[in-house]
Amino acid sequence: MTGLPAGLDRGRALHLLGEMLRIRQFEARCAESYSAGSIRGFMHLYDGEEAIAVGIMQVLGPQDAVVSTYREHGHAIARGIRMGPLMAELYGKRTGCSGGRGGSMHIFDARTRFYGGNAIVGGGIPLAVGLALAEKMQRRPGVVACFFGEGATAEGEFHESLNLAALWRLPVLFLCENNLYAMGTALARSEAQIDIHLKAATYGLRSVAVDGMDVFAVEQAAAAAAEHARSGGGPAFLELRTYRFRAHSMFDAQLYRDKAEIEEWQKKGPLITLTTQLKAAGLMTEDDYQRLVREADAEVAEAVAFAEASEWEPVEDLLRHVYAEARPS
Amino acid sequence: MNAEAVVTRITYREAVKQAIREALRSDPRVFLMGEDVGHYGGCFAVSKGLLAEFGEERIRDTPLSESAFVGAGIGAAMGGMRPIVEIMTVNFSLLAADQIVNTAATVCHMSGGQFGVPVVIRMATGAGRQLAAQHSHSLESWYAHVPGLRVVVPATIDDARGMLKPALASPDPVLIFEPASLYNMEGDLTDASVNADLSTARVHRRGTDVTLITYGASLWRCATAAEQLAAAGIEAEIIDLRSLRPLDDETILQSVRRTRRAVIVDEGWRSVGMSAEVAMRIVERGFYDLDAPIARVCTEEVPLPYPKHLEDAALPNAARIVAAVQGMFGHAN
Repeated sequence: MTGLPAGLDRGRALHLLGEMLRIRQFEARCAESYSAGSIRGFMHLYDGEEAIAVGIMQVLGPQDAVVSTYREHGHAIARGIRMGPLMAELYGKRTGCSGGRGGSMHIFDARTRFYGGNAIVGGGIPLAVGLALAEKMQRRPGVVACFFGEGATAEGEFHESLNLAALWRLPVLFLCENNLYAMGTALARSEAQIDIHLKAATYGLRSVAVDGMDVFAVEQAAAAAAEHARSGGGPAFLELRTYRFRAHSMFDAQLYRDKAEIEEWQKKGPLITLTTQLKAAGLMTEDDYQRLVREADAEVAEAVAFAEASEWEPVEDLLRHVYAEARPS
Repeated sequence: MNAEAVVTRITYREAVKQAIREALRSDPRVFLMGEDVGHYGGCFAVSKGLLAEFGEERIRDTPLSESAFVGAGIGAAMGGMRPIVEIMTVNFSLLAADQIVNTAATVCHMSGGQFGVPVVIRMATGAGRQLAAQHSHSLESWYAHVPGLRVVVPATIDDARGMLKPALASPDPVLIFEPASLYNMEGDLTDASVNADLSTARVHRRGTDVTLITYGASLWRCATAAEQLAAAGIEAEIIDLRSLRPLDDETILQSVRRTRRAVIVDEGWRSVGMSAEVAMRIVERGFYDLDAPIARVCTEEVPLPYPKHLEDAALPNAARIVAAVQGMFGHAN
């Protein structure tokens, strides 16, 4: 952490912490609902990486698009997808933001231009390049924020896509959440070059490494990257260095890393650090903090109630949405 | 004679090019991208001249990165454009299979119908040009297996000219397979203003004694076989499937109910392919209408060899089709 920005406004500080808390509390409740059997399938929680989602989303507007991965609850919440439909999606209910058809790994939302929820590692990256191509060809000002993990940088689609985006100078923000483990494989066990941003730089695009535990550092880097892309400078790459506090998915016994390592990272987690800093700077009291937690908990509880009260899609609808229902006349 | 009824004689290649040109002229959202579609003119010369007419913004040469440019076509379609993505051959499309199968085919469903993928992906398929085992296969049935995709194979000049427009109007991803051996074929374009539909089969030749069910380049092998059979007193009906997904069961069954015999001719391999699918659909709903077991003429189970005599021996041909039909009538030659 580099410390708080000079002249930080109290309201803004509490907003950023509040957004991160909303994600943390949502994920905690997801884990409970998973244990209770209300959520099934694969579920990947975001604890530890909240500063990235929140920092990035501060610089995006409604004209911009987001392409995400299977660890996308945090991105979805920070992007403004309401928690009720989000939780209902995890429950598989028809009121879910993807109509219940996707589940935890496939969050989609047209209103916020949230294009998944893509669960093939690296598979969303070409999609983001195409969305950016559409922005450019239609002379629209949008940029496309494309999230993926450091594991994806071993995939061919990553390299093909960076080359194409740089070649055509497309407005993509390549956002690599480097949490050091591709499922259970440590970075140094899978990559010859572990400075991920250096790999990206070889494609001739703007590329920097950022402390992904510092929401202000993320926001600042994202603002510069978005400005670069928006002004026709082409794609930008951010390697956001972070750590996942929980298991890869709910099936992961974490045999590949030490508890001590996790505890070390938790001490420098994005929430605890920001909380400590804001209190030390006199920008937040313990009462303020407790109020933020209560508000987040209340929102999550309401979302769970919504999801639980929602109906299942009738089995008669099974074959819907294989093809578009609105046909040209 | 009015202008629209004029019959013009053109090649299959020219028919495809005319369709692309018309689409580019009539809709600013349409663009063409793929390997060597611009300055080279297309590996099969389909897009030759289009770069000069439409410029680099709309005729986009891509790097050799099938996954990225097919995925970019999918993304551009979701972002409001109407891309025509050209892949050199179906063999190369396997490098983009992730984007086609895992993304294009699933987004509508995974998003609960919020997003569609109105992309058109064209590629060459099939053998006959001595291009050996990595440029000659007929893998379209692999894609026809996948819900969420539409798969068409234009075999005639009219379909080569007519299928692109409805494909671009489709809110779903459409894969168009162009048999490479047909690009030089000349034929009559009967009416350029007619839009071919994307979901029905077509009776190519009327007959009463046996139904030959086929698609793509094998249509013309069946046509030759039918002439030879007619000389021997057997009138074969030929059905051009045109669309492999959806499959037009009704046209197939109506024909088989009349002829009571079916031979499926498929340039794909016999095992686990289109011919098996078509045969089973006949069995499921038309078993008691059959007077003979269904027969199949497919490519031999071998990666396609380079030498002409071996390639020819591997592929379906008129002699094998005639023999299969005669076998049904109990007089194998």
